[in-house]
Amino acid sequence: MNILVCIKRVPMTGSRIRLTEDEQMIDTKNLRFWMSPHEECALEEAVRIAKARTDAGEECITKVLTLGPADAADQLKHGMAMGIQDGILIETDGSDWDPMATSKALVEAIEAEKAAGVEYDLILFGNESADSGGFQVGMRVAHKLGMPAVTGIKDLEFADGKAIAKRETTAGFDIYEVPLPAIVAVKEGLNLPRYPSVPGRLKAKRKKIPTMTLENRPGGPDKVRLKNPPATEIQTEMLGEGAAAASRIVDILEELGAI
Amino acid sequence: MSAELPKAKVAVIGAGIVGNSLVYYLAEKGWRDIVLIDKGPLPNPGGSTGHASNFIFPVDHSKEMTHLTRDSINTYTEMGVYNKSGGIELARTEARLQEIQRRITSAKSWGEEGWFVSPEEIKEMVPWVNTDDILGGFYAPDAGVCDPLRAGTIMRERAQELDALTIMANTEVQDIIVEDGVVKGLQLDKGYLEAEYVLIATGCWSELLADMAGVHIPLAPIVHQFMTVGPVPQFEATTGEINFPLVRDVDANMYERQNGSDMEIGSYCHKTIIHPAKDIPSNEEATMTPTELPFTEDDFDESLEIAMGLVGEILETEGVGVRHAINGLMSLTPDGGPIIGETPEVKNLWSVAAIWIKEAPGFGRMVAELMTDGVSEVDITASDVARFYEHNRSKHHVEARVYETFNKMYSIVHPAEQYASSRMIRLSPFYPREEALGAFFYETAGWERPHWYEANKNLLEKYGDATMPRTAEWDGRWWSPIINAEHLHMRENVGMVDLTAFSIFDVTGPGAADYMQKMAVNQMKVKVGRSVYTPILNAHGGFKADLTVLRKGKNHYQVVTGGGNGNVDKKWFKDHLPEDGSVTFHDVTSALCTVGLWGPKARNVLEKVANIDVSNEAFPYGAVKTFMINQIEVTAFRISYVGELGWEIYTKMEQGLALWDILWKAGEDQDVIAVGNGVYGTTARIEKGYRAFGMELESDYDPIECGLARPKVKSADFIGKEAYVKAHGSTPAATLCTLSVDDPTEATGEARYMLGNEPILTLDGEAIIDAKGRRSYATSAGNGPSVGKHLLMAYLPPAHAKVGEKLKVQYLGGQYTVTVEVAGSTPLFDPTDSRMKS
Repeated sequence: MNILVCIKRVPMTGSRIRLTEDEQMIDTKNLRFWMSPHEECALEEAVRIAKARTDAGEECITKVLTLGPADAADQLKHGMAMGIQDGILIETDGSDWDPMATSKALVEAIEAEKAAGVEYDLILFGNESADSGGFQVGMRVAHKLGMPAVTGIKDLEFADGKAIAKRETTAGFDIYEVPLPAIVAVKEGLNLPRYPSVPGRLKAKRKKIPTMTLENRPGGPDKVRLKNPPATEIQTEMLGEGAAAASRIVDILEELGAI
Repeated sequence: MSAELPKAKVAVIGAGIVGNSLVYYLAEKGWRDIVLIDKGPLPNPGGSTGHASNFIFPVDHSKEMTHLTRDSINTYTEMGVYNKSGGIELARTEARLQEIQRRITSAKSWGEEGWFVSPEEIKEMVPWVNTDDILGGFYAPDAGVCDPLRAGTIMRERAQELDALTIMANTEVQDIIVEDGVVKGLQLDKGYLEAEYVLIATGCWSELLADMAGVHIPLAPIVHQFMTVGPVPQFEATTGEINFPLVRDVDANMYERQNGSDMEIGSYCHKTIIHPAKDIPSNEEATMTPTELPFTEDDFDESLEIAMGLVGEILETEGVGVRHAINGLMSLTPDGGPIIGETPEVKNLWSVAAIWIKEAPGFGRMVAELMTDGVSEVDITASDVARFYEHNRSKHHVEARVYETFNKMYSIVHPAEQYASSRMIRLSPFYPREEALGAFFYETAGWERPHWYEANKNLLEKYGDATMPRTAEWDGRWWSPIINAEHLHMRENVGMVDLTAFSIFDVTGPGAADYMQKMAVNQMKVKVGRSVYTPILNAHGGFKADLTVLRKGKNHYQVVTGGGNGNVDKKWFKDHLPEDGSVTFHDVTSALCTVGLWGPKARNVLEKVANIDVSNEAFPYGAVKTFMINQIEVTAFRISYVGELGWEIYTKMEQGLALWDILWKAGEDQDVIAVGNGVYGTTARIEKGYRAFGMELESDYDPIECGLARPKVKSADFIGKEAYVKAHGSTPAATLCTLSVDDPTEATGEARYMLGNEPILTLDGEAIIDAKGRRSYATSAGNGPSVGKHLLMAYLPPAHAKVGEKLKVQYLGGQYTVTVEVAGSTPLFDPTDSRMKS
């Protein structure tokens, strides 16, 4: 089975995000970058599937693909240090690519892979990106490639050439049977992603990451400017200090129905 | 905001381990109304303390750093936040094996434990280390890991229990208010805080705070990369933070240590990355804390490869991954030392910066003692903020030197090693001639000082083995036998020594004589035209400085002191000026240059060009005269630090070169040579038993112990008199002695020459400790070419301070028999000073 995982370099959450003066970009000076958490699960899943199948004697190709600035190679290497075999970078000049342009570029990369003899049975996405949260790219790629797609997946198995994908609902699980090749957008909770290993990091470092550049062809709505959401006022109530606070804590836990 | 906050006696800025140590010890010393301010939250406000690896190796080559680290370990232990794990420094090279022997030597000198361990023993202690490329290690049983955040909390709580402390977390200092050179208070985002004293303990941010007050704390925040990998199955069975010794892979500039179920891998082998203070993110902007910056993976690649080689067994274990990796910020200074003390620019504003966790409580205690009593138990003069000259404070210098100090962090640093960057900053007028003579320059306080001259190489043949050539590479590094050849030639003929690096101060005014009496131990009300060599003491009778004072007029004294400590001395003098304005203090260092003309033929040279009678009768020893040398007006001072007839000759900086040329020409038929500081500072000095500040002379020892006390105490009052008088009447606990090495080939068959700081032991190899708990070690070491022996100076307790006493010195794994040649200050060479006085 050949598996492609598509990921996105995003600022790590937790810090106050500053905008550039023209309000067109995020000021990245002090930011740490990561990938969307769902995508870590997608990488983990790909590594596990390939491992199980390779152990059973099947040949597998795993690759991780991203569109982003040159530094996005860090995220590709992270995936490779987790056990993905290779990375592909569609390098941008750091400007924003909207979902339409992004999906077009990904499709071009996937088609280039096909032309080179690599066809994917499974293309994994994170359910939505951690920064813009558009829920779009996976579906657009599926549409363009004419592949079936399922989203919000928290459990993934395979049988008879089909993927059995579970999506969590308030009532339980929706279970989909999807013929391969397919696109699956996964969610955190699918698995517990491993940390990249040191030997994996060193191996990834030595591998050359093929890089392609494509034209940014935006579509859909234009960006006017970015705006920080209004700061949420956090109200803090001191319940007391030391042992004196204990009875108040019990009251509150009772109010919340926790006990 | 204009809210009035309560008045503070002391405001401490920065609630890292340094700030917490300060408030704790100040409270213990009786200070009240202490306010601790930090812009971050508690207990981890986000500085270096919050992310440091927290391990402590107790042995340093520096005496005071070792003592401060010991004091800190004791404090952490008493607070229950020290986890003693032991620690190993690995050797991958022969050079490091020798360095380990040097560590063992330092451990013995300063009273710490430490011994050599074989690769097999290392394997037994840390089975997961690959010892294939390891030749051995230095094991320090008292090494361990502290919890500085918990310690900080305990310190604050204790200060609060004494009702001494108000804590202001999440409070930003916007300005430091200074009026007429005195700190007045802090403008905080929460209002104005009036404060009598302000202490800057803000580590990486120090430069920004210093800028607010117009002072200088020359340090640079630099990146130290480290990562945490885990979970490590080999650590599964253990409980607590650390059960295996710390591993310092010093030859690779790295460390590896257990941290609970993880392993920390830290590195100093990456490139030097300076992160300017102004670019450190705020607490809100930072993804983690402000000093935990995004990890730059590429910089760590080399470290990872090395770690794979050493602890691959762990890193290759299935399931072990990189859990956390940061570019941590820490402070580094241009000379690697901390920056402590009241700033020279602003009264009551103190810097307490560039301190590691391993020594922070110790420094906290010393600063509290200094602020309370004016003296600290451990002499921290080497860390004094006043030591920096103008050029040292420049960004250019700081950054250039920080690149070097970063690379020296784990490397083997020879005690005489010189910095390569930021040189050629202060040049004496003689420099062109010195350069032409092939001078090998050392740097002191920015001055380029010839240590020896290659032009004198021809003397090596003449003096042969008397130059005591060194075959051992370490002993001969940053050294040349030419030094000894210059020494022998000067003792037979005459030499010219560049002394321009002196710091020189003019003290003038109607109150000058009384002021100088107050400052100096020896009688200052001498005849105009006389000079006096005198100790300068602190209030407790310990050494603050030793220097020479010339009385140039009724109301005019000139103070001459070494350049190395000149700026610290300057602050001491300025701090004690009378407030009534009756004394004016003026630094004339940059106006004057000095050449020493010494040797039995010195008079033959001077008399040719001087317009006065320079005979012994007309110009006796100790006299100072102003006269003409051809067209040049000079002030000459008949004294010698090398034990020869001659003069220190002072003139204006711009006439220096002309003076040099006149003397040189006059000396040609007297075989004059240029003589370097290797002779002036070491060989000639040690033969004469002259004490050097920072080596023999420090605040741990008093003038009686070092043999500089005069028989009579002057009647006038002076700083430290009470302690001095008391010491005068008692038997000293130790006496400064000159010792000679019986046979430098004793241990290995190869002649080895100690360089200083080695332990002096009994013949049985036992440490010698005096009644005040001080250990005997070589305060200075150097060849004595004229006495044909390698000489050491050391304080010895009365039982051993006896001429002819046989003892041992330990040097790089070998022990050598030494003989006490002199107990006290009588020179070994020319004991009656007949040469100087001839």
